[in-house]
Amino acid sequence: MSRTPRSVGSLAGPRFVPNKWDVIAFPLIFGLLVVLGLTARQMAEPLSAVTAAPISLDPAALPGYALRTTLRMLAALACSLLFTFTIATWAAKSRRAEKVIVPVLDILQSVPILGYISFTVVFFMSLFPGSALGAECAAVFAIFTSQAWNMAFSFYQSLKTLPRDLVEVSRGFRLTAWQRFWTLEVPFGMPGLVWNMMMSMSGGWFFVVASESISVGDTTLALPGVGSYVAAAIAQRDLGAVAWAILAMLVVILLYDQLLFRPLVAWSEKFRVELTPSQTKSESWVLDLVARSRLLNTALGPIGDTLAVVAKLPWRLQRGRPPAPSALMAEGGWIDRIWDVILVVLAAAAAWQVALFIATEIDLGELGAVLMKGFATLARVVVLIALATVVWVPAGVWIGLRPAWAEKVQPVAQFMAAFPANLVFPVAVVAIVHWKLDPDIWLAPLMILGTQWYILFNVIAGVAVFPTDLREAAAHFQLGGWTWWRKVMLPGIFPYYVTGAITASGGSWNAAIVAEVASWGDDKLTAYGLGAYIAEATDAGDFPRIVLGIAVMSIFVILFNRLLWRPLLNFAERRLRLD
Amino acid sequence: MAQTTAGNLLELRSVRQAFRKAGGGEHVVLDDVDLTLREGEIVGLLGRSGSGKSTMLRIVAGLARPSGGTANYRGQPLNGPTAGIAMVFQSFALFPWLTILENVELGLEAQGVPADERRKRALAAIDLIGLDGFESAYPKEVSGGMRQRVGFARALVVQPQILLMDEPFSALDVLTAETLRTDLLDLWVEGRMPIKSILMVTHNIEEAVQLCDRILIFSSNPGRVAHEMRVDLKHPRDRLDPAFRELVDEIYDLMTRRPGHRAGRAEAMPVATIGTPLPRISTNLLAGMIEEVAAAPYNGRAEISVLAEDLAYEIDDIFPVIETLQLLRFAELPEGEVVLTEAARRFADAEVDDRKRLFAEHLRHLPLAAHILRVLDERANHRAPFSRFKEELEDHMTEDYAERTLRAVIDWGRYAELFAYSEEDAALTIEDAA
Repeated sequence: MSRTPRSVGSLAGPRFVPNKWDVIAFPLIFGLLVVLGLTARQMAEPLSAVTAAPISLDPAALPGYALRTTLRMLAALACSLLFTFTIATWAAKSRRAEKVIVPVLDILQSVPILGYISFTVVFFMSLFPGSALGAECAAVFAIFTSQAWNMAFSFYQSLKTLPRDLVEVSRGFRLTAWQRFWTLEVPFGMPGLVWNMMMSMSGGWFFVVASESISVGDTTLALPGVGSYVAAAIAQRDLGAVAWAILAMLVVILLYDQLLFRPLVAWSEKFRVELTPSQTKSESWVLDLVARSRLLNTALGPIGDTLAVVAKLPWRLQRGRPPAPSALMAEGGWIDRIWDVILVVLAAAAAWQVALFIATEIDLGELGAVLMKGFATLARVVVLIALATVVWVPAGVWIGLRPAWAEKVQPVAQFMAAFPANLVFPVAVVAIVHWKLDPDIWLAPLMILGTQWYILFNVIAGVAVFPTDLREAAAHFQLGGWTWWRKVMLPGIFPYYVTGAITASGGSWNAAIVAEVASWGDDKLTAYGLGAYIAEATDAGDFPRIVLGIAVMSIFVILFNRLLWRPLLNFAERRLRLD
Repeated sequence: MAQTTAGNLLELRSVRQAFRKAGGGEHVVLDDVDLTLREGEIVGLLGRSGSGKSTMLRIVAGLARPSGGTANYRGQPLNGPTAGIAMVFQSFALFPWLTILENVELGLEAQGVPADERRKRALAAIDLIGLDGFESAYPKEVSGGMRQRVGFARALVVQPQILLMDEPFSALDVLTAETLRTDLLDLWVEGRMPIKSILMVTHNIEEAVQLCDRILIFSSNPGRVAHEMRVDLKHPRDRLDPAFRELVDEIYDLMTRRPGHRAGRAEAMPVATIGTPLPRISTNLLAGMIEEVAAAPYNGRAEISVLAEDLAYEIDDIFPVIETLQLLRFAELPEGEVVLTEAARRFADAEVDDRKRLFAEHLRHLPLAAHILRVLDERANHRAPFSRFKEELEDHMTEDYAERTLRAVIDWGRYAELFAYSEEDAALTIEDAA
């Protein structure tokens, strides 16, 4: 056996000769490294330096701000990944941990993220007094909360649905838990994880912008970044600066998408389990660049190799225990029952504490008023989703039926979904102030500005995978008009629509907190609703009211999901699956 | 290495495997099974689906622990997977994100073999199994036959004493499977593989006779070793050899017998009860089988082995069909044969409506169908929820079987127009009341 297999690694090549891809790759990589290093150093500056240098509205300062914002995003992504790999794995492997983690994650997914900020800002500022690091941590944590939960959930679900035969191979060959994690569990969960990461990007950008400039009572945060730039522009009524910020954000998201997510998605395709080559292949020029550039291969190769060696280390924590006979596994021993009791007691105690805390300031009358505000916001969400549906479902179907169009519109729609809509708010607010419109009605569309795109691109995706033979059959039998919609297309895209609408409505609840209160210079617009209630409480640093507002909104979101979306999703799964 | 019993690689004694059922009680998969594996032999576990033969293989692999009995490998108790036993899977079980070479190296990584040696040994296994040139390909790029070769290389590279095979050829087309079987047999006969013994699970009788030195025939519910049979034919074995055919016929014969009945006399009509699990066989298939047997050359009477070969059916395909015909009193199954009843002959010649009437008449005799009709009759609105019957069936069988059995009866009841079922509200209704 003297032969080495071809291209086991492209490092096997005997000589290193730079190729044309290297010319592009080299400056890109090193430029990036230098900039990252410089910016990271600034982030650890003392707080006085940050507050002393007010946000400059000079467009030339924007690239620097945008970079800061992006770095926060990356840091949050790294934290989310770490959280996912540890917590989700723990939940999947331990029955007792699972009982706590899974419901908690499920609720956390529904809690409006901006609600956390008020608490975390105070917490992190006290953790690093006098350093900008605390403020940075708070901002990063805000983004973290917008992605970590559903990433962890996705990974947990992957771990729970590992293909049985692959699990048996891993056990049969006695892979250690560490090897198994990197050989089986992480790769299998990768496509879902990357997809969820991408889906939570919208939330991420939204909150990084919102969290850079926020004040909770006396604590004011103004971190250099795009969000603070916009806040300053609003305070100074500078519409031109807002336009510059929007432009900068467009560029940032475009770069992020091209440099990070396209390559990630294209790469994660490799981990899909179906053994037939799929028709649609994601492509990424960056990934091609990395794969083809010999320089990059030489530079990154050793890193990759080291990681591979580490992942393959046969670390074994304990001697391989014989597998429990899954057949007769004792369902719930007395330890489990005690554990259940402990959990119930803890939950009851926590609920009691929260109630006490809220009750220090708030009576039943206010509780009723908060509930009414909740219904006002609910009404807005329902009406807006309905409107978006009426507009975007036909539009999405029209586009989806024309592949040439779909190809062009789809990335735009995804892009729009990722764009933080709160950057555009000032433009709308200027219009409302100018024409003296009713904020109760006209602030509402802001809630769905960023989230409506989920409906559009999911519908387009649904039409794209709608079986051609069914379409041909419908055409053959000359189905047209309303019958065609009712019997052919709407049932076909329904599961996709529901997926999109769930994301859109979740995002709208979140956006309510920023959208129901808006200001332009000294003009302040407030709509009647739960979002405004939370926003005002945050502004005043009134913690009992923040807690109450968040709790009520969470309950609304959870009930909305359980009573409307989940049944619809089940129905779609059961009756309208196209396989 | 010193062994308690010379030449015995593996000894399983009185192995029992049972699962706790949802509503209490046990579902026994394996009951009192003995198995001995000696050096230099290929042993086949043959049986219908649900006979516990795959469970048996997983116990040997250390992937499942029996709820009773002992399992010893080389005189030592078997506690979980060991290095000396490797398995080949029906579904190939390859990691789609690893190249073929990486897939083969997997088992060596777990053992902590250094990278250089890993590579060397993996390439040797790849060479042995005929995969040269595919090392850097991903599993999805190669055909099913090549994928299973990867499965073999991956198992062989760890140099096991015992090779376990779980229906390794059943996911492949006939010709590919044949090539792979022959290649494997060549390697075995020439002693070019490191293994000492092979234990395989199959439901293909000819495959068992072609490969094995010893065949254990499992009966179902619960799984037991009903028969053991030696195959002394020399390799390579010719399928058309009369001695080969005789063995195949004999096994078919053994498998149609119910435990407790002695050979030699035609079996009386088996008595189905409400708790008899039913396979989900479409009425089209039942009708097709009746027509096939009714027509020339069988003219109402066929050897099961001949019929199976004619239709290219394996035992898991043919037995459920003919046994359903038997339950519905359209056929009798004396000693390895299927014989149509008078009613079945009439059915074969009848038009659609007459067929339905005839089928309905026979379906009423099936205890479960009769029970459903009675319940629906007694209820004022002539409807009953699916779950009512399913829960009743779960007293007798596992949840999966209950679901399948009820779905089967619903399919037949719909065809016979005896009762109707609405998926929307998951309820059964009497057909003429609807």
